[in-house]
Amino acid sequence: MLDVLVIGGGNAALCAALMAAEAGCSVRLLEAAPREWRGGNSQHTRNLRCMHDAPQDVLVDAYPEEEFWQDLLKVTGGRTNEALARLVIRASGTCRPWMRKHGVHFQPSLSGALHTARTNAFFMGGGKALVNAFYRSAQGLGVRIDYEAPVERVELRDGRFVAAWSRGERIEAKTCVLAAGGFESNREWLSEAWGTNERGERPAENFLIRGTRFNTGVLLRHMLDDHGADRIGDATQAHMVAIDARAPLYDGGICTRIDCVSLGVVLNREARRFYDEGEDFWPKRYAIWGRLVAQQPGQIGYSIIDAKAIGRFMPPVFPGTRADSLPELARLLGLDETTFMDTLNQYNAACRVGRFDHTALDDCHTEGLSPPKTHWARPIDTPPFFGYAVKPGVTFTYLGLKTDETAAVHFGGQPSPNLFVAGEMMAGNVLGQGYTAGVGMSIGTAFGRIAGTQAAAAAQREVSHANA
Amino acid sequence: MQTLEALTREAAELAQGRPAPHQRLADAEEAEVARVLQICNACRYCEGFCAVFPAMTRRLQFDKTDVHFLANLCHQCGACLHACQYAPPHEFGVNVPRAMAQVRVRTYVEHAWPAPLGRLYQRNGLALALALAAGLALFLMLAAARTGSLWGAPPEGSFYAIFPHGTMVSLFAPVFLFAVLALALGVRQFWRESPPGPASAPALAEATQNVLSLRYLDGGHGQGCNNADDAFTLARRRFHHFTFYGFMLCFAATSVATLYHYLLGWTAPYGPTSLPKLLGTTGGVSLMVGTAGLWWLNRRRHPLQGDPAQRPMDHAFIALLFLVASSGLALMLLKGTPALALTLCIHLGAVMALFATMPYSKFAHGVYRGAALLKWSIEKRAPSKLQLGDD
Repeated sequence: MLDVLVIGGGNAALCAALMAAEAGCSVRLLEAAPREWRGGNSQHTRNLRCMHDAPQDVLVDAYPEEEFWQDLLKVTGGRTNEALARLVIRASGTCRPWMRKHGVHFQPSLSGALHTARTNAFFMGGGKALVNAFYRSAQGLGVRIDYEAPVERVELRDGRFVAAWSRGERIEAKTCVLAAGGFESNREWLSEAWGTNERGERPAENFLIRGTRFNTGVLLRHMLDDHGADRIGDATQAHMVAIDARAPLYDGGICTRIDCVSLGVVLNREARRFYDEGEDFWPKRYAIWGRLVAQQPGQIGYSIIDAKAIGRFMPPVFPGTRADSLPELARLLGLDETTFMDTLNQYNAACRVGRFDHTALDDCHTEGLSPPKTHWARPIDTPPFFGYAVKPGVTFTYLGLKTDETAAVHFGGQPSPNLFVAGEMMAGNVLGQGYTAGVGMSIGTAFGRIAGTQAAAAAQREVSHANA
Repeated sequence: MQTLEALTREAAELAQGRPAPHQRLADAEEAEVARVLQICNACRYCEGFCAVFPAMTRRLQFDKTDVHFLANLCHQCGACLHACQYAPPHEFGVNVPRAMAQVRVRTYVEHAWPAPLGRLYQRNGLALALALAAGLALFLMLAAARTGSLWGAPPEGSFYAIFPHGTMVSLFAPVFLFAVLALALGVRQFWRESPPGPASAPALAEATQNVLSLRYLDGGHGQGCNNADDAFTLARRRFHHFTFYGFMLCFAATSVATLYHYLLGWTAPYGPTSLPKLLGTTGGVSLMVGTAGLWWLNRRRHPLQGDPAQRPMDHAFIALLFLVASSGLALMLLKGTPALALTLCIHLGAVMALFATMPYSKFAHGVYRGAALLKWSIEKRAPSKLQLGDD
């Protein structure tokens, strides 16, 4: 009988498959996507958040465990599990030599992302290069890989995994790792989770999905509803950023980000500001804007900048709406011109410009404005003006299966002896809300490796049972 | 919301390869590179692979001269295609190596001297190259047959008994000098299209090293480039080295022999341990190994990598180099046999065909690539005009 069945084909699944294969197990991996779309959301990632106490190859200075933990505590607002979070953090400090062994190459921070030079190790070529390397390595270790093999259901007996069903095939294995992603590309489920808001809108209908179209959550729902697996997290919580409203529905990835928010103002459909655009450095704030925009009427926002901002942020993939005057920009964006001018005039008049410095929390701020802009506030007065419509872009959802430091799936508080979970399907254990760059890959790598190791050990225990 | 819909439509068109009106470049290939780089510039995951992406990040938009420069900087290693989250079947359809290859050949055509001959790049193919070599060889055979020296061992194995030294010089020197002139004028025009400023000694040294070591075929991590799939291989870099250095050794052999002839008055044939012979033999063997390897790799290249329309040009160049090297080595082996004259005709025909097509063949890639690498080494030393916020 097969030792370890891995369901999923992204980073966490591959880490589990590689660890189990290295432990000497027979491993089969089922990827729902076809070969050219393999890798789940990992193909869109770019780095791994890593703790380190001293400079390490591509990482400068130090990023100690405590600082990483404080960062995580801050973004999650305490909705995390300290023991599991610290497990992830410590693992992030030691996993890279193993990743290198399996063909992953690292590089220093990309241009335009130097703020992460200390905290994040970038994958050379991005997540798809990482996924390619892991697949090559897995094949080299004899892992059997099936593409276009979604799993619809699994058979369990008293909390023990027995078999999985894929395309009419019943696949038995001694142990199983579930790493098939969240439910972000299931738009019906998102709509159901977000429901109807106070304006009578179905907000989720205006969401875009930044990542793979294959994370439909079929297995997650099956585990929660049909098998009553212990759950963690809230179905509306997700890694959500504000992305270009023109982005494709799926797989827009990194390039649809709009990075000029902190250099200008953001208006809603009513042409009014709704949040402090200069609250903190953009890399520390980008992950809250998806949710902020989701709460606005029509789930849309408009990032407005002037010529002074050009060349100071990552160039967006699509050209912005350009106008030589602010009233013209309002008209081109389809916003009410009077309110738009009112908002902009009030903002411009409230700016107290000191010494503008986009690399520091500078002293340019507004006075007597609500909401305020606390840094980088400069009047928007230099043509040409640009506007970018933004919508919420869901990266991945946090509703998942409750687990512990052995990555076991739990039923009624009891860990399964041979069913494990990794990646987005359990990220909600660590991330109750919020996000910080690269932590998804830290969780996926740490728990993927734990799940693979545990599954291999459980499979080997089965052998000794059988022999006894 | 009408505006948003209009913008969405425009963006969708842009993403699918129909650039927005203000971005339209005169030519579809150049517009495709500009479209693709707009996407790359918002992603930047591939920055570590080669010089193209760091050069890209110094720009916010891509006009004709930027596109020409970046296309010639691209070594077509394929790393960015296999790593690309936007590669086909993604609707953005990003294929940097192919877009670059298609513009690259256009830059050769556009800068060709004399201009009308630029079209030869598009017609250059294996059959044409071999037919030219065969035609020239046949012509030489007829010339040799007229003097009765086509079959039979010439005294002391001397080529000059078949074709006098003066005849050979008067045949080859003009063709060779024309090739050098045509390429020099073409690359001068390419350089002047966007002059990067004067070359400092460190820039010059770095560019030279990048050319001689084929630095950008190492994948940025030293494991090489992609060929048949997403695995990395150093084979292409190594076979290219065999080819390039083999060619240079052969060239050195000819140069040394020319010096012997004119300066020292030592006329060919030279002994087996003489410098021209040693250089020529090593170079010939190296060139054969290199071109055979490059041919093999070229036949196995991933179908999405590069421009399939240019394969005939690649094959023509590889085949001519192989023919030159193998017929040259055959000359040595057949010394003293009656087949020498015939082999000499084939060898000279191949050499003549190589020189004649040189300015309008794949050979141009070396010249333009070298110029682009020097441009990059100069440009990267100048301060960037952009100040990205979080840098």
